Amino acid sequence: MTATLTAKPAPASHFAGPSGSRRFKNGLATVLVTAAFLVALIPLVWLLWTVISKGYHVVTSASWWTESQRGKTFESAGGGAWHAIVGTVEQVALCSIISVPIAILVGIYLVEYGRGAFAKVTTFTVDILTGIPSIVAALFIYALFISTFHGARAGWLVSLALVILMIPVIVRTTEEMLKLVPNELREASYALGVPKWKTIVKIVLPTAFTGIVTGVVLGIARVAGETAPLLILVGYSSNTNTDLFSNFQGSLPTLINDQFANLNHATGGTAYHLDANGNRVAGAVVNYAPDRMWGAALTLIAIILLLNVFARFIARFNKIAQ
Amino acid sequence: MAKSIEAKNLNVYYGKFLAVSNVNFTVAPNSVTAFIGPSGCGKSTVLRTINRMHEVIAGATVQGKVLLDGEDIYDDGIDPVAVRRTIGMVFQRPNPFPTMSIYDNVAAGLKLQSGRTRKADLDGVVEKSLRSANLWAEVKDRLSKPGAGLSGGQQQRLCIARAIAVQPDVLLMDEPCSALDPISTMAIEDLIRQLKKDYTIVIVTHNMQQAARISERTAFFNLSATGQPGELVEMGETPKMFTTPTDKRTEDYISGAFG
Repeated sequence: MTATLTAKPAPASHFAGPSGSRRFKNGLATVLVTAAFLVALIPLVWLLWTVISKGYHVVTSASWWTESQRGKTFESAGGGAWHAIVGTVEQVALCSIISVPIAILVGIYLVEYGRGAFAKVTTFTVDILTGIPSIVAALFIYALFISTFHGARAGWLVSLALVILMIPVIVRTTEEMLKLVPNELREASYALGVPKWKTIVKIVLPTAFTGIVTGVVLGIARVAGETAPLLILVGYSSNTNTDLFSNFQGSLPTLINDQFANLNHATGGTAYHLDANGNRVAGAVVNYAPDRMWGAALTLIAIILLLNVFARFIARFNKIAQ
Repeated sequence: MAKSIEAKNLNVYYGKFLAVSNVNFTVAPNSVTAFIGPSGCGKSTVLRTINRMHEVIAGATVQGKVLLDGEDIYDDGIDPVAVRRTIGMVFQRPNPFPTMSIYDNVAAGLKLQSGRTRKADLDGVVEKSLRSANLWAEVKDRLSKPGAGLSGGQQQRLCIARAIAVQPDVLLMDEPCSALDPISTMAIEDLIRQLKKDYTIVIVTHNMQQAARISERTAFFNLSATGQPGELVEMGETPKMFTTPTDKRTEDYISGAFG
């Protein structure tokens, strides 16, 4: 086949083919772009592979999703991450409930209403907030609520620190998405005698809805893995504590941190490990910390992934409904 | 019901820049008036002052009066939103709401203005508006499909249906056919002739043949030089404007000496 094709005489043409140097540059660019893509892909695949291969073992046990680490040490089998999942979900949920409405309203203000000095100051402040390290946000909340008002460390303070980190992310994406809505649509609505606020609520926001939802998920993903505010504002507890407003509370990042501390623990003396009931079992030394650490990491990734899928589902549902 | 429009000593500004100076004209009810002139002469700007869409742009202001059946729409205490309910507008590029179905696009004005309208009433208005816009036959079986899925010409007729669904007295059209092919343009022109029965129509167009075909009166806008304000040079009966205009500049423009 190829032989017959190449055997055909080239058709007479007024146009020369691409020059050799251009073909070379094109080929080089293609190779470079593909190589860059592969290089970028390597850490991603590697990371996912590591977390999944090391974490799937604990994650697939039923107790992981129902039990806490109460009374467990690195030597004892069993237990789960329920206490940490509860903590992370509650703290991030409270943070989102506070941040999402504020951030979306700020985004709407900046795009639809913001003129003059106040808008400029707001934009500048959001810019600064974007660059605030999480530990600084945590220290600020600590200084305000614990040092000044003598409050106690609790989960809700973590939520407040996360609010500082989450708001700028959502403000920025909301702004970008609202700017993408063509001005013609706003004008079309005004020309129908629709007031401005109703134009924003009924025309502009629905058009930008999918993008704003993506921004919210990005914001949540940004804060869910933060560790500094947790260490400073709520500590860690291996017991399940559903109360956001009092006592220490576990969470996935601090569970990872807690297990990490036991990673290289060597069991001295007679070789034994503890079973699920805390009884000594003679035999090889077993350290359960690494499994739990990777399991917690996998759980955190899975929760964020689930949220992403959920957001896409909402966006899709919204499109179909239209 | 169709109303008359009268502009008195209208000066239109973008910030401090005087874009159009001292415009005076009258438009009779149930007539079609065409605004023609070279780009940048301010004809669209003047059109947008008639329903207070001009002031939507930051820093844009108006001096002078625009009277709708004798009532100044720029009087203190007059809500621009109310003005726009009375004076509808169709834009250069078809701009149906992308998140809405054909039905919802037509019903949008009514739904968003008053909040609650009975479904049966809405059905009636949607059908009547789509029939008036000569679109009913083409879309009646797919009213729940997105408006953005229609062809350009159909979209523009959808936008006209949307504009007349709120029953305005006046319909402003800003180059409504400039993004359309000749066949869609003919469909819109036929539509404009029919709509004249119920509305006062002012249309901006770059197409002089179009102005000659559909309008009773034509207004010629011009600007003496870039950076200078635009002005209304001459307004008169369309046949006269295209055969024996009074002003030399109108004659030059129409005969193709410039522009």
